Amino acid sequence: MYALTINNLKKVYPNGVEALKGINIDVESGDFYALLGPNGAGKTTAIGIITSLVNKTSGTTEVFGHNIDSEPEAAKACIGVVPQELNMNLFDTVLNIVVNQAGYYGIDRGTALKRAQKYLTELRLWDRRMDAARALSGGMKRRLMIARALVHEPNLLILDEPTAGVDIEIRRSMWEFLRRINEAGTTIILTTHYLEEAENLCRHVAIIDEGKIIENTRMSEILRKLQREVFVLNLESPLEKAPHLSGFDAILVEERELEVALDKNDSLNTLFNVLDHHGITVTSLRNKANRLEELFIRLVESRQQPLVSSGD
Amino acid sequence: MDLRLNWVGFKTLLRKEVLRVVRIWVQTIVPPAITMTLYFIIFGNLIGRRIGTMDGFDYMQFIAPGLIMMSVITNSYGNVVSSFFGAKFGKHVEEMFVSPMSNATIILGHVCGGVARGLMVGTLVTVVALGFTNLSISHPLITFSIVILASLVFALLGFVNAVFARKFDDIAIIPTFVLAPLTYLGGVFYSISLLPEFWQRVSLGNPILYMVNAFRYGILGVSDIDIIWAYMIIIAFILGLFSLNLALLNRGIGTRE
Repeated sequence: MYALTINNLKKVYPNGVEALKGINIDVESGDFYALLGPNGAGKTTAIGIITSLVNKTSGTTEVFGHNIDSEPEAAKACIGVVPQELNMNLFDTVLNIVVNQAGYYGIDRGTALKRAQKYLTELRLWDRRMDAARALSGGMKRRLMIARALVHEPNLLILDEPTAGVDIEIRRSMWEFLRRINEAGTTIILTTHYLEEAENLCRHVAIIDEGKIIENTRMSEILRKLQREVFVLNLESPLEKAPHLSGFDAILVEERELEVALDKNDSLNTLFNVLDHHGITVTSLRNKANRLEELFIRLVESRQQPLVSSGD
Repeated sequence: MDLRLNWVGFKTLLRKEVLRVVRIWVQTIVPPAITMTLYFIIFGNLIGRRIGTMDGFDYMQFIAPGLIMMSVITNSYGNVVSSFFGAKFGKHVEEMFVSPMSNATIILGHVCGGVARGLMVGTLVTVVALGFTNLSISHPLITFSIVILASLVFALLGFVNAVFARKFDDIAIIPTFVLAPLTYLGGVFYSISLLPEFWQRVSLGNPILYMVNAFRYGILGVSDIDIIWAYMIIIAFILGLFSLNLALLNRGIGTRE
């Protein structure tokens, strides 16, 4: 059963901008799915169409088998959405915002209050329930939008950059929360500019650029496509210059920090043997850049025309 | 359509709208009461005494139903236009559009919120009016049904205005250039029998005339127009405006990209 099926979805805005050029997406029930793309790629338009906030030009969209055109009520009941921009009444209280949203989904006030308590507590907002939303910090407002999206306990949760502008501690606690929600059976679609976030959380990834899907596969598959990775090694003893490591390119960044590039077919074991041979002891290592980020940039950049002709 | 879901959605919207009116009562309830008090003092008490009687009633009694109706329709209109446009402007209208609640429920919730404010203000203005003159209700059923139906018409008009409005200026244009002139020329302060025949006929094209006169008939028992005809026009307006609003929301005009 697919949580979401999108077929040949197109959107042309009245000003002629072709935001979506016939995209196809299938998201399996229970998946944690990343929808990535540069700014203006069409991610938010796609989410707008799925959630009925944007009129499509053509194509079909089904949510758990319910067509959003012929069965909008059933389709919408399955979806919870956390939009990119704040879209709540900032003068209303935290509790009212969540309870009213439940009411719009037909949940009686008694049940809505219980659920509001559950999700506001989990998202550490219960103590602020009587405060106006405008009094909350940026991170709290984001968490409030997540609580609001969950109050009707949707089967499909769509998060459009939910952690934008949120500090790392809260971001990581939100990741844990989303993981738990996903493990409990909720399908999650995530768009984010933090590719580390997508790599950590998602099992499938689609990359959209200029209104087209340019990659759509399992996260593990896409990461396998990475041809070259750069590792940063922290050394036990300082070096004066970069050692000549047979088969590897190495740069000495600082006296105790060495950057080594590995091709897809190289193994870390071979690298460590070579380092051992040079008497170099490594105390720790990390990827120089996030792997998905490297791939993402390569995929998107390869499609872009240079801004200035190289021949000029 | 899931009736239970939409009933809960309607109650939620209505509750939210009423709480909003009550929360900001200094902006929503008090100003119209003060304005109407001034009308009663200036037009009813100071000027009215020199006018004498109209349609057999002293001038204060004659204008009281019109002023009550004027406060009801302007507040019903103002509440819906400001609430729905505010939701559009703040983007929290999306909370409703992503939900399975039907567009008809969204309209009804807002419109009934507008009617609720209209009735609250209307009640307060009636209390103020009783401080200046004696009013007894000749036809209670007509009085209450007309006030609710007229309030519905203007709440629905306010919704249309809010749907099309793109900036705050847009929600002031209709009340200033359409609603106010029609209200003042709708027989609030005079009987159209005082007008030349041509202007009497022109006045019959003003829907507010029917509402004011039907309401006046309910209270005083006198009217310039046929009551059945007034009901038919008001109900036609309600059906037409509701259908228009529904079509606008269904097509996403003014609300969806």
